[in-house]
Amino acid sequence: MITPEQSAMLALGVPVIGFVLVAMSGRVPNLRETFTLLTALVTFACVAGLYPAVMRGEEVRFALLEVMPGVPLSFRVEPLGMVYALVATLLWIPNSLYSIGYMRANHEKNQTRFYACYPLAIASAVGIAFADNIFTMFVFYETLTLSTFPLVTHKGTTDAMRSGRVYLGILLTTSVCFQLFAVLWIYVLSMGDAPAVESINFTVGGVFRDGLASNRIDPGIVGLLFFLYIYGIGKAALMPVHRWLPAAMVAPTPVSAFLHAVAVVKAGVFCVIKVTVYVFGVGTMQLYGLGNWLLYMAGATIIVASLIAAFQDNLKKRLAYSTISQLSYVVMATALLTPLSIMAATFHIVAHAFGKITLFFAAGSVYTAAHKTQVSQLDGIGRRMPATMAAFTIGALSMIGVPPAVGFISKWYLIRGVMERGELPGTHLDEIFVLVVIAASTLLNASYFLPIIYRAFFKPLSDEDQKHPHGEAPMPIVYALCFTAGLTLLFFFWNKPATDLAEMVRRAVS
Amino acid sequence: MELIRHNLPALIVVTPLVIGLLTSIIGRRGLGWWMAMGTTAAGLAMSVQLLVDVLAQGDRTVEYLMGNWPVPFGIGYSVDPLNATVLLIVSLLGAVITLYARKSVASEVPAGKLNFFYALWLFCITGLLGITITGDAFNLYVLLEISSLSTYTLVAMGKDRNRRALTAAVNYVVLGSIGACFYLVGVAYLYMATGSLNIADIAERLQPIYASWGTEAPIYQKTVITGFAFMAVGLSLKLALFPLHGWLPNAYTYAPSSVSALLASTATKVGAYAFIRVIFTLMGVGFAFGRLHTDVALMVCSGAAILVGSWLAIRQTNVKKLLAYSSIAQIGYIALGFALANKDGITASVIHLFNHALTKGGMFLALGIVMYRVGGTRLSDLRGLGRKLPITMGAFTAGGLGLIGVPLTSGFISKWYLVSACLEQGRYELAAIVLVGSVLALVYVWRVVETIYFGKREDEVNVREAPASMLVPTLILVGASIYFGVDSSFTTHIAGEAADFLLKVKP
Repeated sequence: MITPEQSAMLALGVPVIGFVLVAMSGRVPNLRETFTLLTALVTFACVAGLYPAVMRGEEVRFALLEVMPGVPLSFRVEPLGMVYALVATLLWIPNSLYSIGYMRANHEKNQTRFYACYPLAIASAVGIAFADNIFTMFVFYETLTLSTFPLVTHKGTTDAMRSGRVYLGILLTTSVCFQLFAVLWIYVLSMGDAPAVESINFTVGGVFRDGLASNRIDPGIVGLLFFLYIYGIGKAALMPVHRWLPAAMVAPTPVSAFLHAVAVVKAGVFCVIKVTVYVFGVGTMQLYGLGNWLLYMAGATIIVASLIAAFQDNLKKRLAYSTISQLSYVVMATALLTPLSIMAATFHIVAHAFGKITLFFAAGSVYTAAHKTQVSQLDGIGRRMPATMAAFTIGALSMIGVPPAVGFISKWYLIRGVMERGELPGTHLDEIFVLVVIAASTLLNASYFLPIIYRAFFKPLSDEDQKHPHGEAPMPIVYALCFTAGLTLLFFFWNKPATDLAEMVRRAVS
Repeated sequence: MELIRHNLPALIVVTPLVIGLLTSIIGRRGLGWWMAMGTTAAGLAMSVQLLVDVLAQGDRTVEYLMGNWPVPFGIGYSVDPLNATVLLIVSLLGAVITLYARKSVASEVPAGKLNFFYALWLFCITGLLGITITGDAFNLYVLLEISSLSTYTLVAMGKDRNRRALTAAVNYVVLGSIGACFYLVGVAYLYMATGSLNIADIAERLQPIYASWGTEAPIYQKTVITGFAFMAVGLSLKLALFPLHGWLPNAYTYAPSSVSALLASTATKVGAYAFIRVIFTLMGVGFAFGRLHTDVALMVCSGAAILVGSWLAIRQTNVKKLLAYSSIAQIGYIALGFALANKDGITASVIHLFNHALTKGGMFLALGIVMYRVGGTRLSDLRGLGRKLPITMGAFTAGGLGLIGVPLTSGFISKWYLVSACLEQGRYELAAIVLVGSVLALVYVWRVVETIYFGKREDEVNVREAPASMLVPTLILVGASIYFGVDSSFTTHIAGEAADFLLKVKP
């Protein structure tokens, strides 16, 4: 049997091997796609194999190499990272299946480059998930941006290039100017005989506790570092650094579905939770009253992004703004700074991933079968593509947060988190604000998702559409979206792995 | 063997000088390249041995007396971790680029002049190695002129491709000579004050002079300050520190490809070394930074170099010139590092000397391949070459990532130490400038990368991948620049040694 350490190393290494195999087998598409699917399955197996060890609370850590003296690339598997890694590697499997159907049916070019970039992105995602120090997290955060760039600009058109520049420009500028600044600042503070910061490793309870208690560091600086970190994680798409996400929609739909609804954006919110819990420390932030602004910024992002989404006619753009809004749910839950709200944030990573990938899969399915991209063109399409639109409905319900979709569960935990915070002394303006945001955003979500469903199922086909008959999309696409829609339903009824891990995160916080 | 090992410091300089002379006479046809190749390979071996020897010494220095004349009467060579590192940079890059030069130079320089080309090539390397190893301030001037004069001519040899090489060379001659003269005047002032030309000796004799300045009867105060001012300006010119960078862009752009690569990766590095030596060993940080606040001037200049150099790089349409302006920005990083005068800062400077030499050298070599195959280095010449020259363009892109400072490239290591050094000194604004510089680098590198991979060519020229003799050196440099970003133990070790050495000799 392989040890958990080896399994974690394999989770990082297998995608890299997969990259080599895919890149070399470009001439034989069937072989190339087999390698992609195999890599996805094996990678998921490696990550899933860590689950028992994590549940037993075992210490799984290893270092790859010492990049600079005292600054190694080191990894540690803990529950929060496990949630993200599991979601990313699990959803890569249906996405690979979906890609095969989509790329072939739409006769996309440069497919080898397309398939070769995926494993690199996954390796980066696993690296972020298991990073043990802020340097390692930053390194893989950057490789994730770079490895997804060729996917965003896949079409190579002027439009794609312009969007690619926005994508790379915003993500790299924020990460270099803010996140790297914060990383280096913390690194410098962690040196010396009586350092203000314990270490650059992720530590339960945060690294500033002792420094703040003994006045070696000013709370204002910690607050500033927190600000640098939040805006240094552009992938969380907190306004005003969200523009890259709608821009990335120029990519083929499998990329939007998997990377810009799951792997990349979830890396962003995962990093937000991770640094809040393991660098700044929930207790520390509460004690010194740091980061309250984030609650309001995230709340504003939720509402504004939902409003923008409501006015988008392009289906993928609408989904993108919905993603921005949903990501800020995670950020807002994190900023509530209670154990239960952190649990809600962790759980929402899973819930939103399942629902949103289903929605994107459906959008791509419609594009493949009917060549339609706008919401206003969808009249009556539910009759021709029942499976696709049924899956879309399930995904939409999850976004709105109503049973029987998993989105309801995370909203449940979130409201419990608000209640938990409400028990603390003080005025309750923050809590009231959050509840208002949740209520308003639920209404907004309903207002821009339900009309699509209504159009699809209850409006008649237009005369123009009558002349162009089409059926469902190719089978791989339908299988993939049924699978993720099934997950969205399943996790409403049975979500033990996710809740157990989120529960462990909660216990680590409190 | 023992004889050679003992005389290594002299041999490393004398060998290329003597063989260079021979080359100009007998190095016709292919022979010139073989002589240059053999010499630079031997130079590489010698500098590796020297570095090993230095690090093995307890006091980290190897002294050598020319003709056994004791200093300060004779010329003394003195090797410590700092210049052993720079020697390694120069001879490593010299050897690798010479390996590359054969086909590239043959296509850009008339066959009848090849013997002179390689003779000058060797003289240039002689000068650069000599500046680095010498412990004598006047001898440094002589070697500076040897390298400069040969460089002017090497730049001018690009005239058969583009006649603007001649004006670029003249411009370089004028500014380069002013720089060298300023340095010489500075040495003369110091000689006036101390009566010595040996660097260590001057430093020692300056101590009583400095001590007298606080008293009633200061001696030679104006002389020493003026001398230092002349030296600082002269060396800034050689180093191409903003705003004294005017000679650099055209010289790099119009020189033959191999010459651009050699200049970009070694000449300014040696200039930076000489500046570090003058500040830290000759004058002392206490005087240069503590009393005269040269560090503030350096920080301002290097901050401006980073921003302005990168900004100008963004606006270029000739990729060679783009890289030249990028070099001006990168020199800013190097100067900023030693201006901070703390351990991380000097470490960053020395690491960046090494990393940037590899990265920029590799990128210029990749561009040389474009010149060789396509015949131009304008952005429009690079359109869509990603498919035609996959290896070369991959190397160029990897080098570009290093310039930006993407993690796991050597540029990131430099930036990590440099920003740490800024933050340690509480200079948050400088840290921000360095990071903004990376973003600007992203812009200018990405313009080229987009053109390479997504640009559409109208003329479907049938270009093949470069010959192995050009490809292998390019890959060596770019590969090394990636390697030292993944495992920086070697570079951080020697740079740390150099920093310790310099800060220990602080008066």
